[in-house]
Amino acid sequence: MNYIDPHVHMVSRTTDDYERMALAGCVAITEPAFWAGFDRSSPQGFFDYFSVLTDTEPKRAAQYGIAHHTWLCINPKEAEDPGFAREVIDIIPEFLDRPNVLGIGEIGLNKNSRNELEILEAHLELAAQRDLMVLVHTPHLEDKLKGTRMIMRTIAAAIRNQSRLDPGRILIDHVEEHTVREVLDGGFWAGMTLYPDTKCTPQRAADIFEMHGTERIWINSAGDWGPSDPLAVPKCREEMRRRGHLAETIRKVSFENPREFLSQSGRFRTEVQPTR
Amino acid sequence: MSTTKPSSPLDRSAVIDRYFMEHRAKIIDVAAFLDRVERAASATGDPLAGLDDFRLRSLRAAIEVLLDGQSERARRILELLSDPGEAAIERAPMKGATGAWDGFEGGEHRSEADREASP
Repeated sequence: MNYIDPHVHMVSRTTDDYERMALAGCVAITEPAFWAGFDRSSPQGFFDYFSVLTDTEPKRAAQYGIAHHTWLCINPKEAEDPGFAREVIDIIPEFLDRPNVLGIGEIGLNKNSRNELEILEAHLELAAQRDLMVLVHTPHLEDKLKGTRMIMRTIAAAIRNQSRLDPGRILIDHVEEHTVREVLDGGFWAGMTLYPDTKCTPQRAADIFEMHGTERIWINSAGDWGPSDPLAVPKCREEMRRRGHLAETIRKVSFENPREFLSQSGRFRTEVQPTR
Repeated sequence: MSTTKPSSPLDRSAVIDRYFMEHRAKIIDVAAFLDRVERAASATGDPLAGLDDFRLRSLRAAIEVLLDGQSERARRILELLSDPGEAAIERAPMKGATGAWDGFEGGEHRSEADREASP
């Protein structure tokens, strides 16, 4: 059964991981821009990163029949210097017409600071101006509940101020048991990240589907340079299968839902585009 | 003990059969962790130093939630471990997170839903 991993940081993974994901049935991925584990020293560092996301990684993925897509931003962990962050935001438009760019992401908050909030608003303004979809990162651990609510209030305020933002084109990621209901009730799409320790396990994600349903929600591995598992999505599917969930339910959360949301971009594909 | 609407394809005995061993191991891990903290030497010479760490306070409160007989334990423990504030902070003090709110004194935070459901 084919699946989509809609949030995975392949720049941090080996080519062996592409192969293992392909063997497990992965046909398409999306890779949001994120924190590399260190602060980049100049906007040029982000220019190079965006080049990797829009050129290098699609080629690497295509070798294994995986369609690669991306989202661009400066992540909230590097947003504490607003002047620097705005310089990075200024170079994003140069990349927005590249064929694998789906929108702005993963923007959001990390420690819920004023500077992070200012840069979140700047990203949302860019997305609204260009009518782009948005992928939102919510904070880690003790900061998640507060940050998720701040993010939803910020988006609601932008919409009240005539922004073109549409919650149906925004996915709020890394939800857990204490945030999933509010995100779905707000009309947003919700993402569950499957991490060994710090987010949802495959078992808890299956529990959340059982408690909150399977509408407007997906699962992802967010595989990156930290403790994470690029095969987390097929492992969650296997957990659901072992519990007796229907094959169509499993396909819905791991293929149909991400395809439905991502297809709103007009650029999402589940097949690798032939290159000349 | 509260009862919640069945929503799992597995019946209760199948859930217990399948997951008991995994969670037996996890609760022994918690017990061993608390024992390890007690056995560790104090860095200050005060034998009680560190035992009131906000993370340990939060963990003890979370264990109480496990035993209160009410449903949605995972949601309520996550809320208990969360910063209950609403306003942005002035500056980010670090990039990482500790896993528990450092202002936690005890008791259980109540969610919006809980507040609406009670007087």
